[in-house]
Amino acid sequence: MYIPLKKEIVSILVLNQANVLNRVVSMFGRRGFNIDSLTVSATNDPTLSRITIVFSATERSMQQIITQTEKLEVVKSIMIMNRENSLYRELLLLKVNADKEQRSEIKEITDIYRAKIVDLSKESLIIELTGTPEKLNGFMDVMADYDIAEVCRTGITGLETNTRQSE
Amino acid sequence: MKLTGSQIVIEVLAEHGVDTVFGYPGGAALNVYDELYKNKDRIRHVLTAHEQGAAHAADGYTRATGKTGVVFATSGPGATNLVTGIATAYMDSIPMVAITSNVPDHLIGRDAFQEVCITGITMSITKHNFFVNHVEDLADTLREAFKIAESGRKGPVLVDITKDASSDMTEYERKEPLPLKPLPKMEREDMAAMVRYINAAEKPVCYIGGGVVSSDACRELEELIEKADIPVVHTLMAAGVIGCDNPHDLGMVGMHGSVAANRAIDQADLVIALGARFSDRVALNPEKFARRAKIIQVDIDKSEINKNVEIDKCCVGDIKDFLTRILPYVEEKKRAEWNERVGGWKNKDRVYKDAHCKLHPAEVIHAICDMTDENTIYVTDVGQHQMWAAQFIKHHKAKKFLTSGGLGTMGYGYGAAIGAKIGCPEDRVIHITGDGSFHMNFNEGCTAVSEKLPIITVIMNNQVLGMVYQWQTLFYEKRYSSTTPERKTDYVKLAEGIGAKGFRAETPEEFKAAFEKALKEDGPVWIECIISREERVLPMIPSGKSVDDMITV
Repeated sequence: MYIPLKKEIVSILVLNQANVLNRVVSMFGRRGFNIDSLTVSATNDPTLSRITIVFSATERSMQQIITQTEKLEVVKSIMIMNRENSLYRELLLLKVNADKEQRSEIKEITDIYRAKIVDLSKESLIIELTGTPEKLNGFMDVMADYDIAEVCRTGITGLETNTRQSE
Repeated sequence: MKLTGSQIVIEVLAEHGVDTVFGYPGGAALNVYDELYKNKDRIRHVLTAHEQGAAHAADGYTRATGKTGVVFATSGPGATNLVTGIATAYMDSIPMVAITSNVPDHLIGRDAFQEVCITGITMSITKHNFFVNHVEDLADTLREAFKIAESGRKGPVLVDITKDASSDMTEYERKEPLPLKPLPKMEREDMAAMVRYINAAEKPVCYIGGGVVSSDACRELEELIEKADIPVVHTLMAAGVIGCDNPHDLGMVGMHGSVAANRAIDQADLVIALGARFSDRVALNPEKFARRAKIIQVDIDKSEINKNVEIDKCCVGDIKDFLTRILPYVEEKKRAEWNERVGGWKNKDRVYKDAHCKLHPAEVIHAICDMTDENTIYVTDVGQHQMWAAQFIKHHKAKKFLTSGGLGTMGYGYGAAIGAKIGCPEDRVIHITGDGSFHMNFNEGCTAVSEKLPIITVIMNNQVLGMVYQWQTLFYEKRYSSTTPERKTDYVKLAEGIGAKGFRAETPEEFKAAFEKALKEDGPVWIECIISREERVLPMIPSGKSVDDMITV
């Protein structure tokens, strides 16, 4: 039976201690989940960190991994994020090989996406873009026509919002 | 008062009422062991032959007494040798505190002699683990370890202490054990809904697991099944919760469960799962398990809900609390027709005796039950003998059948039997094993001799690794790959060699005579029972199949 996989985003508040990331990530690993992206960062409370994980799951396996992760002693809370309750951002760095002629075209695309050219050399330039993962995907699609040398994305980081978000 | 780390370990154990520990010393553990030496009168340390035996002993101690067992080991191999024992406890939700020593802090991460990162190794087999390299953190960490081990769904916790933290000094103040974490709150509406399911059911079955034992809910469960006239099937972990004399007891469910138990689940219109986790050895085919029934479940662990089998209604919380609160609302009812029907399946279980067999495992186990009292603690290893023990022992009480259920650890038995005997010196302890399992850890016989423990070990010797052999017979066209070890072990001589007594039995009469003698000994006794390698564990439902595919002959 085909059970559709959905991309899921969870935000986990954990104790800010050694080995905590390992505990959380190994739980996903041994329960058979492949992590698409992962960010870990400090919060305003120095005793807590936030881990944001993007992964694919069925609805039932989602419930399993959430309840299993909740049981870890280092986990304070875990929240499933979605478009209605949260806001997320991701940062992209993209290095593209471009000669003089191509530069202005690329500059134009960069401006449309409100990205920034942060490094420029004779053969290449590096573009920085922050936004929703969808925006980054869109930008990457457009840039695919050029000779992309390297790409690096930070993975999603997100926060729960108080107002309904429509992006 | 200023104390060293090692003194703090002793004091915190005392705070928690620990008077017995199991373990094995070593270089990094010298400070801790020095303190154990000085505190001999307060804490009894049982030295085993191998750290694995010590871990199983702590586990067996916990299962038999209900008190959290404690095991000590040194760094490196000492710690890694605990791994199987910790995993065994983890899979069966047995509380246990493992205290390992590690190399001094300045050597950590430098591949020092006997250094391993045991917190990394045991991450997935403990509820939680701690690395302590500052003596100031030690007392609170150890208290937290006990709290975590005993809270909610119980399990093992490991505390790894660097050698310098065990010798450094800090201020110590005696404290009471930390209060356990609050149990999950059960909603009234959910409980009311569960009661409605129970009252409306015509063909209900209670499916009970180890959670009933952990929650100490045997009496409440008995009240429920009497009041509502509900038959009960149990998992391996819940043997004895409902005594075999109780007419509602249908025996064990699952792969080698009874015909009655498996049919009852199959025909029921309501399955009441209490502290059981629908494992692949019970719900062999999750689609077909209890296919005609609504399923309601009570478990203390939320992650057990809908894990393997989809259920209709649940309560997350303590089973004893749940039963106490619903009992007044459960209708007193006779379900005569249903009980008669399931009762009729009970005599479907037959023991088939191989023609060329002189001694059948059932005869051995029945003889043991006849010759001992209801307080006897049975400890098994893993394999055919384990299933025969589960099937043929006349279970009367909970905490009297100790076995490695979830992990299925061959070699569990001897260590666990030692722990059980030390925890319950008044009770008779019988260790039932097979020749395969026994060869894994019979070295613990030395421990039983040193500690003068009158544990009777009954070895079902069929000269093969029977359970795998049985599968090879049934499903691999008798290609006996590595299951016929051709060992020449003389168990009688071996027993004598380590200072124990040994007997050999080939017939029921010989066994009874040997067992009679064994009961009078004040040290360990081994009785080798020669059984046929063609004996099978039946009935059997193959993996992934259902009650329709049950093999009974």
